[in-house]
Parts: sequence; C-alpha cells; structure tokens
Amino acid sequence: MANKTYLQALNEAMRQEMERDENVFILGEDVGQFGGCFGVTKGLFDRFGEARVIDTPITESVIVGTAAGAAASGLRPIAELMFVDFIGVALDQLFNQAAKMRFMFGGKAKVPMTLRMPQGAGVGAAAQHSQSLEAWFMHIPGLKVAIPATPHDAKGLLISAIRDDNPVVFLEHKMLYGLEGEVPDEPYTVPFGQADIKRVGTDVTVVATSLMVQSALAAAERLAAEGVSVEVVDPRTVLPLDMDTIIESVKKTHCLVVAHEAVGFAGPGAEIVAQVAEKALDYLDAPVKRVAAPFSPIPFTPPLEKAWIPSADDIVAAVKSIR
Amino acid sequence: MKSPDKKTLLEMFATMNKIREFETKLQEFFAAGKIPGFVHLYLGEEAVATGACAALDTTDSITSTHRGHGHCLAKGGDLRRMMAEIYGRRTGYCKGKGGSMHIADFDLGILGANGIVGAGGPLACGSAFAQKYKKTDRVTVCFFGDGASNQGTTQESLNLASAWKLPLVFVNENNGYGISCPQCKSMAVTDIADRAAAYDMPGVVVDGNDVLAVYEAVTEAVKRARRGEGPSLVECKTYRWRGHFEGDACTYRCVEELNDWLAKDPIPRFATKLVEAGIASQDELEAISVGIKADVEAAVAYAEASPYPDAAELLDDVYA
Ligand SMILES: Cc1ncc(C[n+]2csc(CCOP(=O)(O)OP(=O)(O)O)c2C)c(N)n1
Repeated sequence: MANKTYLQALNEAMRQEMERDENVFILGEDVGQFGGCFGVTKGLFDRFGEARVIDTPITESVIVGTAAGAAASGLRPIAELMFVDFIGVALDQLFNQAAKMRFMFGGKAKVPMTLRMPQGAGVGAAAQHSQSLEAWFMHIPGLKVAIPATPHDAKGLLISAIRDDNPVVFLEHKMLYGLEGEVPDEPYTVPFGQADIKRVGTDVTVVATSLMVQSALAAAERLAAEGVSVEVVDPRTVLPLDMDTIIESVKKTHCLVVAHEAVGFAGPGAEIVAQVAEKALDYLDAPVKRVAAPFSPIPFTPPLEKAWIPSADDIVAAVKSIR
Repeated sequence: MKSPDKKTLLEMFATMNKIREFETKLQEFFAAGKIPGFVHLYLGEEAVATGACAALDTTDSITSTHRGHGHCLAKGGDLRRMMAEIYGRRTGYCKGKGGSMHIADFDLGILGANGIVGAGGPLACGSAFAQKYKKTDRVTVCFFGDGASNQGTTQESLNLASAWKLPLVFVNENNGYGISCPQCKSMAVTDIADRAAAYDMPGVVVDGNDVLAVYEAVTEAVKRARRGEGPSLVECKTYRWRGHFEGDACTYRCVEELNDWLAKDPIPRFATKLVEAGIASQDELEAISVGIKADVEAAVAYAEASPYPDAAELLDDVYA
C-alpha cells in the first residue's frame, strides 16, 4: 500500500476500471490530452486513446445526456463536468432523464453512468465556481450521491460508482485533491450506504462530509486535549444515507453536531437532523447543532471567502455549546 | 460607410492600449501571487472589444464572458474600480465579492462578466427585449467565444433573438480554442458565422485583429438592430496570446501558431494605419500609451491601498 493523493486515487480508479471493462469510457471538456481542469484524468488519454477518453464541446447538457443515453445502451460512461456549478446547464438531462428513466419505463432501462464533479470553496473562484450542491442531488429519487473525504474512500467509492447500475453523482472537493493517504494499489470497492467512523469517541457525534471531515478531525484533536471525546462519522454517500450508523453513534454519545460546507438552510444536514429527531430523540441530551455555510452566495475576496467556509473553529464552538 | 472621425479613432487606440497595459499588469501581479482566484486574459484580442464597443453608445448594453476585462474597459469601465475588484477590495466594482470573472457596471450598460460559458446569450435576449418593450432604440451586444457558441443557450438565444427581431448583436470572439480544445474538434463548421443562416440573420466574418474591420461590421449590425430589423452575428477571428487562464502551461498549441498571431498584433497594426492616414504622429500615439501606463499605475496604487470588505458584509446584498 502506498501513499497517494485523493487526485491520484481517483485517477487510478478510472484507469483500473477502464482496463477491466472496455465499456467504461470518459467524456467531458478538456479531459483528453489536457487531463481535465484539475488534472484528474491526466495520462488516461495516452493510455486509452481518444476513442475512450473523449473531449467534448462545451455542452454540459449534451455531456450528461450522452452519458445517460450511452449508459442506457450498454456502456458505462464516466462524465466529468469541470465544476459542479455547471450542472445548472444540464439539470434536465440529470434530474428528469438519467434519474427517472428506469422508474418511468417500468424497470426496463439501466443507467450505469457516473458523473464526476468537483465542488467546494477555497480557491477564490467566487459564486459560480465554488458551491457545494449535494442537497440538490439528494432530493432526486433515482440518483446516488457519493462524496468522498479521503484518498482511500475516493478510489473505493469511484470504483463502486462505475460498477453501479444507477446514475451516480460523484462529488469531489477541490481542496481535497492534494490530500495524501494510504490507498491500496489493487482495485477495491467502498460500498454505498455505509458510513465510516473516522474517529471513535464517546461524548459527541460529529457527522461530517467531504472537506468537513478533515475539519471535524482537527476539531476532535483539539477537543480531546480539553477532555472532550468526539466521534467523527463520515457518511461517504449521502444517497443512500447510512442513518443506522449515525443513530448508533448518537445513542452512544447523546449529542449531535452535523458539519457540511453546503449552505445550512435546507442543506444536507437538515435531513440527518430530522431523521435523528424522528428515530432517536430520546437519546439526545442536548439540542442538535449544524455547522454549515451562511445563506449567501460565495464571495470572491479571500477574507470573506474564508469567513464563509465553515471551519474547525466553528465545529469546536458548536461542540462546546452543547457539552 | 464613412470612416470614424479622428476623435473616435484616437479613443479606439487609447482603449486598446488600456486593455493591453491593464492586462500586462495583471499578468505580472498574478504571477507575483497578489491576485486570488482565476484570471483569464484578453491579451491579443483587444481589437474585438474595442471595435465593437466603439460602435455603441453609452446607453447601449453588453453582456460579457469569463474573459471580460477588455469588454468592460472598452465600454468605459473605470480602471481603478476594476483593479480594486480584481484585488478583492471593498472599493471594487462589486465590493470585492465578484472578482475578475464577475465585473459589472450597470450604469455603463455592462451587464456583467460571467463565469458560466454561454450564459450571456439568454441575458442579452432579456436586455434587448427590455429595450424593445420600452420602445427605446438601444442595442445590446452579446460577446461570446467559439466554445460558447456550442452551448444550447447560445443557439437558443440566436433563435429567439431572430424570431422576436430583438435589437441584439452577437459578437463572436473566435480565438480558435475553448481551453485546450481546438475549434476543429468541437464543431464541423469553419465559420461560426455560417450558423446565422439557420436563424435567418446576417452572419459576417471579420478579421478580429483589425479594429476598424470589427468597428465597421458591428456598426452595420447596430444600425440594423436600431432600425428594428433584428439581430446579426459578427464573427471576429482572433487569438489569445496567453493560456486559457494564468497558470495554464498551454501545451496544446504550438509556438509557431502563437508566433504567427503575435506578428498580427492589433495595436501596432492600427498605429501604422493611423500614422499613414495622417491621423496622428508616432510621437502622439506614444504619448497616449505613456499616459495610459500612468493611469494603470494609479489604479494599482488605488487597489493596493484599498481595504478588504469586512466579514460582517457577508450577508449584505443577498436580497434587495
Ligand atoms: C457552463 C460552463 N462550462 C464550462 C466552463 C469552463 N470554461 C470556462 S472558459 C471555457 C472555455 C470557453 O471557450 P470560449 O467560449 O471559446 O472562450 P475563450 O476562453 O476562448 O475566450 C470553459 C470550458 C464554464 N465556465 N461554464
């Protein structure tokens, strides 16, 4: 097992699946020789050629729709949009076509496509290039939504996504691309709908996704020094969402904080908190807390962007407020 | 068409120099780590924005792209407020919240640079529709790239504008690439202007490095739009000198190609024409560029001396 970055883990997952299954191909803007906007597909064009690593025109709607149509016709496309924000251009093809095809047609179609999209703030890319939109996708029956926080999970979840017979929205965080961690060389899967306890603790459960897992782990470290034991739970896929693991953890710690970078109002945390209230209210010893972005678009200027992104400090403060 | 008067010609020369100097500074400051986010430079394409905006009045509008500094300056944008915005300062055009990719000045009819490729077309339709609705004779110019021309939004806008005879001029900046993707890989046509036929509007191709050619073609299209005859498509063949964004290693195109286009630098070309036509002497033109250098320096000093916005401003302006 070697140390690899999140980006390398994703690249390796695609390479291995393309070697294993010739129905797997990649399409998107500048994914070929250029290697993708963030370099995630680097080298794959040289390895597999332009028939399988395909540069498209700037036409998100057609990229997503072509992936859906090809998937329904027996291939396993991996489509890339440069930024999750651009899904706006292609929403119909994702929400009304890819997601619903199987159901509407009475189970006749299978749509095994993966749609990779980077999200997240932190690079000064401003309001149209920095959003975290998982809540949108979670709201659409027929989609699955993976949101890896570590290199290990990135590779395993992407292989699961490619092998899955449903449309999978695969959300990468730009600020995680450089994160290193241990990643097995051989192909492996991380199952969907199985949360991972990233740190075991007894006093407070922090459910965190994507970049916020790293912030939650940093917060837990600091809180441990003050005698507070934090359990960090990473759902890894928010659809399906492993509520069992979350509820088990809450039953143990009796306190819940949910942390995500998406806007708090009607965000992904709202669903988690609502289900805990429905299923485990009696186990809670304190009000639940959400740590999330404020209700505003993402500002460009670095000091405001920094203030906008939820931080480890915010998680520490939330934990302390209920402990 | 009679050629523009001396004042207009010299203004056009000044504008091209302004864009050149402003962006040369940005290139330098981005490399020095002073500017956050993405910066997409317009170097080499100055004749397009300059020629097109010279054909407009202050009360006309434009929609811009992610590569918008040139459009903004050509439409009369203020150097200091632009520089401050790109530096993320409160004194910038958007209080530091927009940055390089989102500069707007509604007072000057600059309806905003845009981070979404192809988003300008529909907005331009709305702008042109509003003018038609209010029965003004104002025109909107929609700037868009060759890459953007492939978006459904662009094609839908061409169609709507023509069906509704909107006072709209589509100015295509064909610089040959959408990031790394050459035109030949993203479309089957050679001239984007050919697509105008599908919408029954005039489509013309001009040398986008010849500011007068752009000016003349857009002036014709603007006249047509003001007469209520509907939109036109003007394709300007040009080239971006820099990578797609600052930091792009630009390995997808060859040096020879770049050198060919550097030799077609629109600014000295125009300068030569001005001198030959006796509009100005080389010294007078030189004086214009020196003055602009000083203005840009002043804009930088202004930006660097300006404060950042306060975190308390985060929730301002989400709603009216
Ligand atoms: C909807 C959308 N898709 C993709 C992008 C990423 N992107 C930004 S600029 C660009 C290329 C645009 O090419 P073109 O329209 O030719 O303009 P140019 O950059 O050449 O001026 C791309 C793909 C984006 N910003 N928005």
